[in-house]
Amino acid sequence: MSDDLDDLRAALKAATAPDGEAKARAMRLAMENFARLNDSLQGSTDASRSSEDRTKAAPLNGVRRMFQYLTSRPALAATTSVAALLLGVAVILPVADLRIGKPVVVETNESPVAKKAEPVVEPAVKPEVAATTETVAADVPAGGEGAALTDAATQPGADAAPKPEAKVDASDELARATETDAASSAVVAEPLPEAEAPVLEMAEEALPAAPVEGIIADTELRLRAEAPADAGGVAGYLTAPSVSMPDAMPAPIENTEAYANEAPNPVKVTAEEPVSTFSIDVDTASYAVVRSSLSGGYLPTADQVRIEEMVNYFPYAYAAPEGDAAFASTVSVMPTPWNPGTRLVTIGIQGALPEVTARPPLNLVFLIDTSGSMEDANKLPLLKQSLSLMLSELRPEDQVSIVTYAGSAGLVLPPVKAADRAAIMASLDNLAAGGSTAGAEGLELACQVAEGMKADGEVTRILLATDGDFNVGVSDPDGLEAYVAKKRETGTYLSVLGFGRGNLDDAIMQSLAQNGNGTAAYIDTLSEARKVLVDQLTGALFPIADDVKIQVEWNPATVAEYRLIGYETRALRREDFNNDAVDAGEIGAGTQVTAIYEVTAPGSDALLNDSLRYGQTSAYGDTMGELGFLRLRWKAPGEDVSTLVETPITGTEGASAETRFAAAIAGFGQLLQGSVYLGDWGWDQAIDLAVQNRGEDAFGYRIEAVNLMRLAQSLSAQ
Amino acid sequence: MLMDTPDEMLANAAAGGDRAAFATLVGRHYDRIHGLAWRLTGAKDQAEDLTQDICAALPSKLRNWRGEAKFTTWLYRVVVNAAHDLRRRQQTRSRASQGWGDWELARQDEIAVQAEAQDWLAQAMTQLSPELRDTVALVLGEEMTQAEAGTVLGVSEGTIAWRMSEVKKRLRAMAREDAK
Repeated sequence: MSDDLDDLRAALKAATAPDGEAKARAMRLAMENFARLNDSLQGSTDASRSSEDRTKAAPLNGVRRMFQYLTSRPALAATTSVAALLLGVAVILPVADLRIGKPVVVETNESPVAKKAEPVVEPAVKPEVAATTETVAADVPAGGEGAALTDAATQPGADAAPKPEAKVDASDELARATETDAASSAVVAEPLPEAEAPVLEMAEEALPAAPVEGIIADTELRLRAEAPADAGGVAGYLTAPSVSMPDAMPAPIENTEAYANEAPNPVKVTAEEPVSTFSIDVDTASYAVVRSSLSGGYLPTADQVRIEEMVNYFPYAYAAPEGDAAFASTVSVMPTPWNPGTRLVTIGIQGALPEVTARPPLNLVFLIDTSGSMEDANKLPLLKQSLSLMLSELRPEDQVSIVTYAGSAGLVLPPVKAADRAAIMASLDNLAAGGSTAGAEGLELACQVAEGMKADGEVTRILLATDGDFNVGVSDPDGLEAYVAKKRETGTYLSVLGFGRGNLDDAIMQSLAQNGNGTAAYIDTLSEARKVLVDQLTGALFPIADDVKIQVEWNPATVAEYRLIGYETRALRREDFNNDAVDAGEIGAGTQVTAIYEVTAPGSDALLNDSLRYGQTSAYGDTMGELGFLRLRWKAPGEDVSTLVETPITGTEGASAETRFAAAIAGFGQLLQGSVYLGDWGWDQAIDLAVQNRGEDAFGYRIEAVNLMRLAQSLSAQ
Repeated sequence: MLMDTPDEMLANAAAGGDRAAFATLVGRHYDRIHGLAWRLTGAKDQAEDLTQDICAALPSKLRNWRGEAKFTTWLYRVVVNAAHDLRRRQQTRSRASQGWGDWELARQDEIAVQAEAQDWLAQAMTQLSPELRDTVALVLGEEMTQAEAGTVLGVSEGTIAWRMSEVKKRLRAMAREDAK
């Protein structure tokens, strides 16, 4: 990492030595100007003119604020249309929008010093505007007419400013500029495609033309010629309307999102690798990211699609566990929708839903990213709304605390009872974005606060809300994960809520949630916030089983090839299944987790690998007809020793609408990934399958998925 | 004696009309101005023009010198702002001659051509937004602390830290692209 910077530093350091001649020229010019300025200053009243700018600018502060607000909007379309509008105005009224446009530029760090110099140079560039906005410049044959034209244009601009003297000043200055040097106006009125050099030359040429004007006029002229170099001066004024856009536009386009994904799982030959091991994944972030992309009118990239997260986004009506069991597994086998030669084996796990009334008190630490990048409407403001939605679901005895991180981490709200809604809401409302991200410090502080809130029998969880920036102050991302993992052992869980796009560091979110025994969810709308934080509050916040690992041993006699759909980022080594020290996913109360395998029987036409000449298939006795053997390992929350549950997969388990819908979503994900395994099966079939198996769909999640498929179909047809 | 006088005193004197002080000041800092201009613009000819413009404007700028900051900080701010204006003017000029769409197309073409023609530094710099470029020029090029760079650019130290981490991120992404 620092190597990259070293290269850049070295390259920057290798600046070419300044040219001696250029230096001499610049020095001479500087000295000439110095002399002119100081000569003219004697007895001149012009020195105070900078204050005029203040008075002129003051009434426009409101306009400036408005434009700052406008440009901070994320919507690219909005800014573009504003750009178009302003550009249009610029052509017709060059002077008028000098003032309007200016404020937009202000946000690019202009120093007050620079601003004060503006009035001195302002008039000089007006002709140049006329030149660059061709419609005006084209019919300006001489300075006189040019003056009239520009003068006329000044009126609306001056009218826009409430103070009448602003108008007088502006036209007055303009008049002087044109009177002083009609010739130079004419020159300027020609299109000037080149850089500021011609402007300087023009000024020098103009000098002999107006020698009678005396020293003072001469001085002003030179100053105007220098205007382009004058920071925050003329150029800022003039070019702002159109120019401000490039400043504003790249922000939404710039994309530093990082996604964690691996290449889709390949087809495995059972004879070579009969055992498949993975950790369950209860994250749903990928589905929301896919939805946000599709709703934005573009297809998600393959690495944004994690099929298991899409499948697990939906609630499924699997059989509930009986008795005290923490969860129940449901296996079903059905023909593969996209390949008649294979079968889909769906493993559904249903977490037990403990009596809601009996749930332990909850300690929540909201760790909120308030870095500058969180300012967008779909980030911090959405986060505030989301958390306030969630507050109403909490019990009075639950505790809430708020820690923010940005620049420096801070405890915004010391732990209070959830009953103290007013205090919590006030703290939330006061959050404002600004500064950079010091994620590590914030996390440490949140952990400290969480430690303090802990009591026996209570569940403590940190909810990290971020747009993904988690880098400042973290020299070593692995170190951060290790830190989170260590905290997990103390019984503090960590969940990650992702907000906004463009900066989403999905990879860090994923690994933090995975290491912190939590879920990573991506929140793009208020209804998603409701789903994640309200409907699934219990599941997201109360783990019922930790380190849930799935291992399937396939029977080579009945399954020649198999492929796990999704779970690429959750693969475990075979030996890690029995190693309780190896971390895996958690199941929350009442949640479902679904894993889908596509399996191919020996001798099927759909086999992708040729069978081995020397491969051996031994007899399996009673287990001969089984497809495979499912092993589940899990730990009760807080326990160190895992429990093993084993179930044979007989191949006779029937499919249901639930598993068919899961298959449709798996197909949806694979279509988005451009999977090679789908053959001719396309959007129409996926949509049909999903529609037919919508089931009850009380919350409308499934029909939303169908609509997204339709959207994706249209987008991919383009 | 002038040679040993601190910048700030020279600037005060120059603002008061002391010609020798001004000459010393400009002579002392020309290379610095040029260096930063080069880092900000990335091209020798542009840097020279920009430096000349700054020198020419410096007498009038100095009238606003209040001695509120270190002279070099103040000077850096002048240079950065001048570079901003240069960028803006370049953008407007090309835009005024073409329609919005044409301009965007031309810009994309230009980016493509530049990316091919220029060396790694130019590529690295063009892939950074203007804000990041300014920050890099000050922090890496001028070896400023993040706080100093923040003062020059008028943003908080934290923002500079964030921007530098962004730069690292971009560079890493670029390195990945190159590796492909």
